Amino acid sequence: MIQKKILSASVSSATALSAFFILAIVAVVMGNIIIEGSSTITWEFLTGKPTEGMTQGGIFPAIFGTFLLVVIMSIIGVPIGTITAIYLTEYANQRSPFARLIRFAVNTLAGIPAIVFGLFGLGFFIQFVGSSMDKALMPAGQLRWGQPNILWASLTMAILTLPVVIVSVEEALKSVPRELREASLALGATKFETIWKIVLPNSLAGMLTGGILAVSRGAGEVAPILFTGAAYFLPKLPNSLSDQFMELGYHIYIMSTQSPDVEATRGIQYATTLVLLVLTFALNFSAIFLRYRVRKNMAH
Amino acid sequence: MNELKTKIRIDNFNFYYGKKHALKNISMNVPEHRVTALIGPSGCGKSTFLRSLNRMNDLIEHTRCDGTVVVDNVNIYDDAIDVVELRKKIGMIFQRSNPFPKSIYDNVAYGPRINNIKEKKQLDEIVERSLIRAALWDEVKDDLSKSGLALSGGQQQRLCIARAVAVDPEILLMDEPASALDPLATTKIEELIHELKGKYTIVIVTHNMQQAARVSDFTAFFYMGEQIEFDETKKIFTMPGKKQTEDYITGRFG
Amino acid sequence: MPQNQLKKKFRLGEVIAEKVVTIVAFFSLAMITLIFVFVFRETLPIFYGADAEASSVPAQIEQQETYGGEGVQEVAMQSKTSSHDTEGIASIDNLTGTTWQPVSGKPKFGIVPLVLGSLKVSLIAVLFAVPIAILAALFTSSFAPKWAKELMKPAIEILAGIPSVVIGFFALIVLASLIQNIFGYQYRLNAFVGGVALSFAVIPIIYSITEDAISRVPGSLTEASLALGASKWETAIYVVLPAATPGIFAAVLLGIGRAFGETMIVLMATGNAAMLSASLFEPVRTMSATIGAEMAEVVFGETHYNVLFLIGSILFLFTFVLNAIAELFVRQRMMKKFQGI
Repeated sequence: MIQKKILSASVSSATALSAFFILAIVAVVMGNIIIEGSSTITWEFLTGKPTEGMTQGGIFPAIFGTFLLVVIMSIIGVPIGTITAIYLTEYANQRSPFARLIRFAVNTLAGIPAIVFGLFGLGFFIQFVGSSMDKALMPAGQLRWGQPNILWASLTMAILTLPVVIVSVEEALKSVPRELREASLALGATKFETIWKIVLPNSLAGMLTGGILAVSRGAGEVAPILFTGAAYFLPKLPNSLSDQFMELGYHIYIMSTQSPDVEATRGIQYATTLVLLVLTFALNFSAIFLRYRVRKNMAH
Repeated sequence: MNELKTKIRIDNFNFYYGKKHALKNISMNVPEHRVTALIGPSGCGKSTFLRSLNRMNDLIEHTRCDGTVVVDNVNIYDDAIDVVELRKKIGMIFQRSNPFPKSIYDNVAYGPRINNIKEKKQLDEIVERSLIRAALWDEVKDDLSKSGLALSGGQQQRLCIARAVAVDPEILLMDEPASALDPLATTKIEELIHELKGKYTIVIVTHNMQQAARVSDFTAFFYMGEQIEFDETKKIFTMPGKKQTEDYITGRFG
Repeated sequence: MPQNQLKKKFRLGEVIAEKVVTIVAFFSLAMITLIFVFVFRETLPIFYGADAEASSVPAQIEQQETYGGEGVQEVAMQSKTSSHDTEGIASIDNLTGTTWQPVSGKPKFGIVPLVLGSLKVSLIAVLFAVPIAILAALFTSSFAPKWAKELMKPAIEILAGIPSVVIGFFALIVLASLIQNIFGYQYRLNAFVGGVALSFAVIPIIYSITEDAISRVPGSLTEASLALGASKWETAIYVVLPAATPGIFAAVLLGIGRAFGETMIVLMATGNAAMLSASLFEPVRTMSATIGAEMAEVVFGETHYNVLFLIGSILFLFTFVLNAIAELFVRQRMMKKFQGI
């Protein structure tokens, strides 16, 4: 009996300890970055550009580049993801081979390592599409599209975040009660009228959630843009789709591993990391909040 | 029964969910401007049958049917029939009231708008007329912009009726319209059904036999996918022709 | 009802909507196909015998050998001193070699140390993450008081939401020193640090899927066990865990896939030296980190470039297979198990 008690206590304490360990990781990582980072963040840091060989100054170009990246990415990815989700929930015959194939493709897309998306961006967008565009549009031998830039980086990121959008929007569409669809159809509305006037307006918040989650994911990924468009240092902001850009995550990576004096810029590194964290979490929390509200509405 | 005009003629109708034979050889004549009740224990196929009358079952994958359903000389299962147009002629009220999460006005105006009626004045007229017809106008006329979901259960169901009549159907199909309502609201719906039959042909599914007796002129008893008996309600409830009907009505099963 | 009104109408809008939606839905499928085609396409020259132009390495690359972090310098040093092979092209022999020296006068493209490096770091990460994540999931579902449950949910969401470059940064600056102080080894950045940091990214995946699998265990099963007089922990260990095994298996597979493909964390925390070593505390270079560190510096069309795509293809295939097994095999089995087939 005593033996049993010891076993019981050790099993439950082992599980509690593991849970506590996870909480500790979160607390330590977040705490460390918030404490170390907040001391360097100033208005000038957020709005200035790097100076003195990136050992001084701010990170505005990186904030702007990240912003631009996710905006272009969303413009491309969110509509495609949303429409794919509409196909999967509203149009597809669930057992048809085509629908299954698409679902399989979405799942596969979700599992591909981020770095492979980077390779794809390089091999497809830059080497294939970009080079072909240069051959057609530019004077012989000149490169414009056949090299890394913000367009190719954004497109690569759009494909990477596509499954995020699809899955969230699908969830939103499925949460619209069947009764509403039936009511609309029974009144003589067509399928598309029903989707347009009943299903989509009632899943707007869910679609927004999908978009936000995708943006948060896109803002946090660095591997896909390592060689599709991110730049080490650019004093100028990008003003064309064929320009390279600075990006927050890439900036953290560069500053903490590549800069001549890594120790001297520790403050900048921490502050940049904090900015990225705040950005992704602000996005994540608004998505969680929205989703919570959607579920509450639907329960009503 | 002979002097009544038949609105819907069902002949040898069969329905299958996958391999399950859900409706077996149903045949009946639904008379115009009368209320026809479908009764039977749950799972007997009465709702499936109702949903076959406006082809709502088309939406369910892996189902099929054969036989004919003829409405005014038109076989609605004919390949040349447009289901969307058909449903404008045959309205449906569901078991759980399902107003759209829109204002009362927009709920009622949904159907007319789909039919490309855009003019404000004309829409106002239709909304008012429909709400009056559904006996809801007096309760909501001062606040048409209120959400349909803010109404009580009974009011919601009448809003759904107003929404259905706004597209000018000829037939109303009602799937246990009062099953989720309290007795008072139920009475209101039953009175409303009585008034509506002057203008529409009504087919109603109910699990409540007293309700069938109160509101309907004709009653069909379904059991295990078969139509056991179809006759005037008076006759079904006073001297049923079949033993099973009698057993059901007297509460021996179901 | 007038028949002519009910005649089938041709609704152009409906047809267009359906066609457009279907075509756009095709996009994901097209992308997968294109990813397959274009990632593999760039590896082909290796097998067709690369051209001679690849053998001379442009000077610009020499200057950038420090790229990729602290450990790379060692590789560069090695590559200058030891060079026997004269082949600049990646013959199969060369590829299966044990030396990775892509940027030397006589480049060597042995990917064995990279594959082993990936496996080593992933293994450390998974060995670390699996017990913690599964036990924690068991805690939340079987033992935790309500407040602890409500604390775990956002904690896991936060951990899952931390960008990998941030975890990499934390590992590089804080975790590496911490672990070095504990064990007192020579290299600050090494396989162990990388593996532990990587486990931070893997834990949320394994935890979430395990918790999901546990919550799908029918309540009747646990109730039956408790009714028979089994205690909470006995029920958890002997009833809940076995019933959730297929789901947990899927969780571990997906965790391995994530660990194997993750780039930024290992790029920043493992030291990036392509050496063969059995020690946990020596630097390693993983496949993903190799691509991340070197791709920006190579000349397009050169053998090195193609070999990096080959490494990417291997990563792709490996994670693809893992996901497919987790998706198809396990899910079906889980269903069958509960349906009693």
